[in-house]
Amino acid sequence: MSPINEAADRNAAPLAPGETQKLKFYQKGTHTVGNRLVDVDDRAVQSSLDRSNALTCGHRACQGCGEALGARYALDAAMRATGGNLIAVNATGCLEVFTTPYPETSWQLPWLHSLFGNAAAVATGVAAAMRVKGRSNVRVIAQGGDGGTTDIGFQCLSGMFERNDDVLYICYDNEGYMNTGVQRSSATPPAARTATTPAVGDEPGNVFGTGKSVPRIAVAHRIPYVATATVADLHDLERKVVKAMSIRGARYIQIDVPCPLGWGSASHDTIRLARLAVETGFYPIFEAEHGKVTAARKIRKRTPVVEYLKPQKRFAHLFKGGVEDPRVARLQAMCDANIEEYGLVDHHDDDV
Amino acid sequence: MEHPFAITLDVGTSKANHTGSWRNERPVYVHRLPPCNHACPAGEDIQGWLSFAESGDYEAAWRALTENNPLPAIMGRVCYHPCEGACNRAAIDAAVGINSVERFLGDQAIAQGWAFAPPAQESGKRVLVVGAGPSGLSAAYHLRRFGHAVTIREAGPLPGGMMRFGIPKYRLPRDVLDAEVKRIADMGVRIEYDAKVENIRDAMTEGGFDAAFLAVGAHIAKRAYIPAGEAAKVLDAVQVLRSMEGEDKPLLGRRVVVYGGGNTAIDVARTAKRLGAEEAVIVYRRTRDKMPAHDFEVEEALEEGVMMKWLSTIKNVESGSITVEKMALDDKGFPQPTGEYETLEADSVVLALGQDVDLSLLDGVPGLVVENGVVKVGPNMMTGAPGVFAGGDMVPSERTVTVAVGHGKKAARHIDAWLRGATYDPAPKHELASFDKLNTWYYGEAPKTVRPVLEIARRKSTFEEVVAGLDETNALFEARRCLSCGNCFECDNCYGVCPDNAVIKLGPGKGFEFNYDYCKGCGLCGAECPCGAIRMVPETI
Repeated sequence: MSPINEAADRNAAPLAPGETQKLKFYQKGTHTVGNRLVDVDDRAVQSSLDRSNALTCGHRACQGCGEALGARYALDAAMRATGGNLIAVNATGCLEVFTTPYPETSWQLPWLHSLFGNAAAVATGVAAAMRVKGRSNVRVIAQGGDGGTTDIGFQCLSGMFERNDDVLYICYDNEGYMNTGVQRSSATPPAARTATTPAVGDEPGNVFGTGKSVPRIAVAHRIPYVATATVADLHDLERKVVKAMSIRGARYIQIDVPCPLGWGSASHDTIRLARLAVETGFYPIFEAEHGKVTAARKIRKRTPVVEYLKPQKRFAHLFKGGVEDPRVARLQAMCDANIEEYGLVDHHDDDV
Repeated sequence: MEHPFAITLDVGTSKANHTGSWRNERPVYVHRLPPCNHACPAGEDIQGWLSFAESGDYEAAWRALTENNPLPAIMGRVCYHPCEGACNRAAIDAAVGINSVERFLGDQAIAQGWAFAPPAQESGKRVLVVGAGPSGLSAAYHLRRFGHAVTIREAGPLPGGMMRFGIPKYRLPRDVLDAEVKRIADMGVRIEYDAKVENIRDAMTEGGFDAAFLAVGAHIAKRAYIPAGEAAKVLDAVQVLRSMEGEDKPLLGRRVVVYGGGNTAIDVARTAKRLGAEEAVIVYRRTRDKMPAHDFEVEEALEEGVMMKWLSTIKNVESGSITVEKMALDDKGFPQPTGEYETLEADSVVLALGQDVDLSLLDGVPGLVVENGVVKVGPNMMTGAPGVFAGGDMVPSERTVTVAVGHGKKAARHIDAWLRGATYDPAPKHELASFDKLNTWYYGEAPKTVRPVLEIARRKSTFEEVVAGLDETNALFEARRCLSCGNCFECDNCYGVCPDNAVIKLGPGKGFEFNYDYCKGCGLCGAECPCGAIRMVPETI
């Protein structure tokens, strides 16, 4: 079959659910950001020359910041999906601080910041104002880190969910309060060292059996759309944002964004760690509609959790002196439970 | 500007903040040498031509390929593809079937009638090429491209040298050979047949040649003394393979013994089978793993029913039978006689013990040195005699078509420089794009549905039998399996993964640039580059 025929095939067959790009024989570029062999329209927003760069250069995020990356991925996709009719509301946190040291801003879209805990409520207000002014084509995104979402802003968030306000809330989850000096949040994983869960004592690091999963809580609100995503899978992330923007009502996307500073990892390892979080089952990537989990991203190459833990200094105490802490097995069990719960591995087929 | 209450500064963009000053390492785009190119004796830019093939532009791929090798349809059949042995993809699933894609492109070129452009300008220099084998043809092609007038003198009646008289038809159909030779002749290369050069000095003087390239093949069979009865039939491999080209096919009988362990021995045994021999037995003094023949050819021969007698030497040949002595390998791996004898039935014995080159044309050439039956050449392929260059089987090297083609190209470049009174200095080689330089996450696996077809594509012999329509799909599929090691294939990963928008995309075919005003040197682009085309280098103050 000629490449022309392939292109025709691709156009003829619409994308199946869960599919981002219809690729045939593109072994080389199947997982890359762009691909010179597919139609421009079928490529990722991030590969495009005219992406909006909603979060542009000169921001003061650390080297290799996963959050800066995740925010641009998400907002550029939303900008394209809404034709640029988009307003962002930001909770206090790294993202707010590193993008807007007065009088500079890195945002290339209307952007508001109020308090640490009220982003969801402010966004609700902006959406209401747009509706009242008859400009409901202008869409609203609220965004914050895991601290501003799972802890401080949780009440406002839950309110936004239960009222089904027309807002997409995006949580950039770096598993702690990184901006203020790496303190524990309710999204910090067990055993991780933070400033408030130091690596001392019999069981150093964060305590097992604490914390919460806001994606699961969001699903329990039976809102129209909930998804988790990762900076390690751009095509999946963009597809989820586009899908969220096609829906009215309360929506929630939580993106895994590794933090080189807080996690004690090399700046060039940000995407690799996000990828390992998925491939180990540590961070399940799924989506849910109206209270039901509808899809999960399969693991491509199942990997033991140690591969994920070892490059991070926040877990270094688990391998101190070359001896593996027994709690590594508990973390592995957590991953295995996720794999089981979301069906992340197809048992009958080890192929991708 | 009027400011609101308590506001003193204008709103500004963060672009005023040049975060590039944070950097202690900078990313740079590099080209690394793909292992396939590194391994190719003909010096092909395999990764380069595959990149055209994968976008379906087969003519551009063929043109890029023939920059280095004018014989892709031949090479796609007879090359032992060391490129595939070096291919990084082997560590992921299986090496890219480079050879089958090369053959596909070569066949396309013949089918479509793609031609080489004649040189834009004539240099006025005349070069004599002795021998129309792979090395001579390759040199003639490259010399002609430089604008020199080239004459090939071939001792035989037809072109191809060992490709015609040494490689059996089932591996290289003669119409393919003829088509690729004709394309070179059509550039204005003059080929004279039945024109054996007796003395190179005289030939050069008489013909007014400014330089010569000697590429005489190894057509003389080596003999070993084996006591043989009067009625015993003992032939040599060169003779057998050569007579396959004539009217009268060699008469080998029902039981044929081939003595030797090289590729020629295999070719003779397989030829004997095809001529109707019931038994074709290869007798070799060492073991299979010590055999110089390529393993896949041994395998194919075994599949065809050729039998092997390892660790054996022929002691005596009688009419209808031979006596072999069993050997044993000593500590150093050398075969030693054991004193145990065995008799095998044999109607004929074919000796395939290696070949020599007829060097009589070099007699009396001052400065020229012959050692161990081959001509000594410098790094520029020039013999001790100024202006006389040599390559292929004549010089110390591995004797394959691919090596010969490589010699022809290399010699042509040096001859061209020499004719201009200059020297040719090849560009320094890039660092090798080894597997550890790649991020293989980004390469997809072959979908299951396509895999059976792919298996067929990798098996050369069956590839010919795949119907025409499927050929292109297979070739395209194979080409797209290339990892593009060490060379950007514009996947946009660097452009996408930079948290600082510090990668500038220049558009199709133009690649990318770093914006060092904002690049913080995090190294994500380098870590996530699939093909290892970005290197992090320390900043200097």
